[in-house]
Amino acid sequence: MTSSFDTEKAVSREEALQPQMVTVEIAGKSFRVPAGITLMKALWYTGHEVTRGAGCLGGFCGACATYYRTKDDPKVKTCLGCSHAVEDGMSFSFAPAFPARKATYDLNALENPKQDLFTLYPEAPLCRNCNACTEACPQQIDVREGVWKAVFGDFKAVSETFMDCVMCGMCVPVCIADIAPNLVGVYASRAYGVREMKKPPGLFDRIQAIADGQYADDWERILKMSDDELQQTSATIKS
Amino acid sequence: MDIQALHDVVHNSRDARRQQTFPKLSPAERDTLIKKFHPDHREAAYRSVAFGPNEGDLTVRELASVLEGDSVVPGDLSLTPHYEADVLVVGGGGAGCAAALHAHAQGAKVLLATKLRLGDSNSVMAQGGMQIAVAPDDSPVQHFLDTLKGGHMKNDHELLKTMVEEGPSIAKWLLELGVLFDRDDDGNLHVKKGGGSTKARLLTCSDYTGLEIMRVLKDEVLNQKIQLLEFAAAVELLSDEQGACAGAVFQDLDNKRFLVAAAKTVILATGGIGRLHIQGFPTSNHYGATGDGLALAYRIGAPLVQIDTFQYHPSGGVYPEQLVGQLVTEGIRSEGGHLVNGRGERFVNELDTRDVVSSSIIRECEEGRGVRMPTGRVGVWLDTPLLEAEHGEGTLDKHFPAMVRQYARYGVDIRKDPVLIYPTLHYQNGGVKIDVNGETSVKNLFVAGETSGGLHGRNRLMGNSLLDLMVFGKRSGLTVAERVKTMTHGRLTLNHLQRFRTEAKQHRVTNQVTSPVVLPAYTEQP
Ligand SMILES: Cc1cc2nc3c(=O)[nH]c(=O)nc-3n(C[C@H](O)[C@H](O)[C@H](O)COP(=O)(O)OP(=O)(O)OC[C@H]3O[C@@H](n4cnc5c(N)ncnc54)[C@H](O)[C@@H]3O)c2cc1C
Ligand code: SF4
Ligand code: SF4
Ligand code: FES
Repeated sequence: MTSSFDTEKAVSREEALQPQMVTVEIAGKSFRVPAGITLMKALWYTGHEVTRGAGCLGGFCGACATYYRTKDDPKVKTCLGCSHAVEDGMSFSFAPAFPARKATYDLNALENPKQDLFTLYPEAPLCRNCNACTEACPQQIDVREGVWKAVFGDFKAVSETFMDCVMCGMCVPVCIADIAPNLVGVYASRAYGVREMKKPPGLFDRIQAIADGQYADDWERILKMSDDELQQTSATIKS
Repeated sequence: MDIQALHDVVHNSRDARRQQTFPKLSPAERDTLIKKFHPDHREAAYRSVAFGPNEGDLTVRELASVLEGDSVVPGDLSLTPHYEADVLVVGGGGAGCAAALHAHAQGAKVLLATKLRLGDSNSVMAQGGMQIAVAPDDSPVQHFLDTLKGGHMKNDHELLKTMVEEGPSIAKWLLELGVLFDRDDDGNLHVKKGGGSTKARLLTCSDYTGLEIMRVLKDEVLNQKIQLLEFAAAVELLSDEQGACAGAVFQDLDNKRFLVAAAKTVILATGGIGRLHIQGFPTSNHYGATGDGLALAYRIGAPLVQIDTFQYHPSGGVYPEQLVGQLVTEGIRSEGGHLVNGRGERFVNELDTRDVVSSSIIRECEEGRGVRMPTGRVGVWLDTPLLEAEHGEGTLDKHFPAMVRQYARYGVDIRKDPVLIYPTLHYQNGGVKIDVNGETSVKNLFVAGETSGGLHGRNRLMGNSLLDLMVFGKRSGLTVAERVKTMTHGRLTLNHLQRFRTEAKQHRVTNQVTSPVVLPAYTEQP
């Protein structure tokens, strides 16, 4: 087998063999780790047990929100720790869960989703345009713009803006107006899907056709076949 | 080593390759290729299970040990419940959320318990899409036949028919919850063609299908105020005096305490097994994909099916090192991306089924036509710039934003350069045997999603899993909601565990590991 993943260790042999080691600071303590590994692997490599702060390990779930700073740079940045590589002199801490408030709603029962935004998330229109949310977003989403579009009722644009949102929540603690932009985003995109988007006619035709038993004959023919006959039928259908 | 020189082989051969067509293999050729190169056929990696419902069946060594493993739960644990529910759903991925929402909607009292946070799962990572026969030239019957062919004719017909027929109503449900599937100009659902399918049938939300579905399902679980228990790993099921399932024991990951949940019915939706790194393969799976549901169901007596077959996704990352094992979306091949060996040649029809494509990549690498990186890893090229050449500049940004970002993080521009790939452990084809409502051979124990088995045969067709989750999550949720109306709670026991421990002794099983595994042991020990 050409692949070799040492299942007992986070860091593969290939990585460990890399001669280069770098120094990083994890939550204030200094460690030497192989150059180029992810921040997540650096945690494992340095003996940290990880239960919170890890989910998909692939940059999709936002569990691993991390603050970091590179050598001599005062700017604290954010990243997804499972998908970001260590650099020499870097300092990082995984972000704790932030107690944001999520409104609850029944999208079908809402009178007017665009107006209801202001009762569900009354803080949304109080955005002060500081742009901190956008700067905090590891997915490079224009979060501030997304919030404004929600306030202006352009929910379609909101859904496009937030399609890349992994719900890491990094935009929330920085907001000086106590807005949870990602939650506003989810609300507006769902409301767009439920209340504004046209229903696809073909889908309803297909559901009806199935209910009407339009495929009954085909099923009967197919389900009676022996394995050999089925194999032949499947093999002959063209792609 | 000069990586640019390796890239140039791909750039220089691109125009010639664009003129070529590469035929799919005949059934006989497929068989020969797979038998020779697919990891499912490495005999040394397999052994038979020593005891229990699947005694004597062959499976990979890693899984056999987990199935024969012992529980962390002591036999004399106090079973006074901390939680009581009609329906206990274990696992907060797609199948778990769907089951919980459907059961809750019918009035059942649901407890949704999960190991990490709600939604941290394989489901959130699905990029390729969800197969549902909605296009005018397509039909559920066609979907059935394609899946059967992909699964080497070994799929459970009844489960499969149920899935394909309920597909369109699932699309409707998701749309009603606000999932933004891609649309055509006429408002119809846009469909893409997936590997191994004769018709365009993949519903997508750009390349964030799983993320979009999970964002919506999670939001809805919270809206419905379904009782949630996060960072709690199920470590044992509970049985009543008749042997039916009656709840579960959890271990709180923060303080290691045991938590007992009494439930009239249990739906296991704990997902896959990738983090067991079968045969040493890297994996595309999430942190908690350790096959827990298989161990839990096995110990309480539920038989498993097709546990000797796994899916190795053809395109796992090889370089840069940070992306090893991570999935490179199949969409690139669906849209015409070529696979290219170290000599600049194509070697397989890129749209053939996953097992065929994976086997052919392993063949290229084992026969010396792979590309070796400075890290020592070997792979073949996936020609991503070809899509820009074929469909115009900006194609990758528009259709594969997640993948562009995935590589850009490490300084690789997939619009300009190809990426190196090698098969990665992706999916557990088999699992716990279920009926069309998701019920196992153990009464009141249901399984939905990747933990269940039979539907996909020996090779899951791409995009069928997301549908599987939704259909069997729904069916199990509805079935239990109905059943609990006329049920009372059983008396909680660990009788099955006692029986299992006795059997282990009788079979003189030694070196028992502790299972379920819960999380991979990645932390370096002093
Ligand atoms: C990278 C990737 C891409 C994919 N792309 C596609 C695609 O495009 N189309 C498609 O159809 N399929 C795709 N698949 C397959 C599909 O996503 C999975 O098969 C599917 O999501 C599994 O869903 P599930 O609900 O069964 O499990 P999961 O979504 O994995 O959820 C399982 C849940 O159970 C929890 N859990 C596990 N063990 C325990 C325990 N002991 N106690 C409590 N909770 C536990 C986990 O933490 C998790 O929340 C992809 C898979 C991966 C990994
Ligand atoms: S919008 Fe907020 S929650 Fe979403 S990815 Fe950006 S920072 Fe994270
Ligand atoms: S951080 Fe808050 S106040 Fe500042 S721009 Fe973003 S939403 Fe507006
Ligand atoms: S662990 Fe999911 S994004 Fe990092």
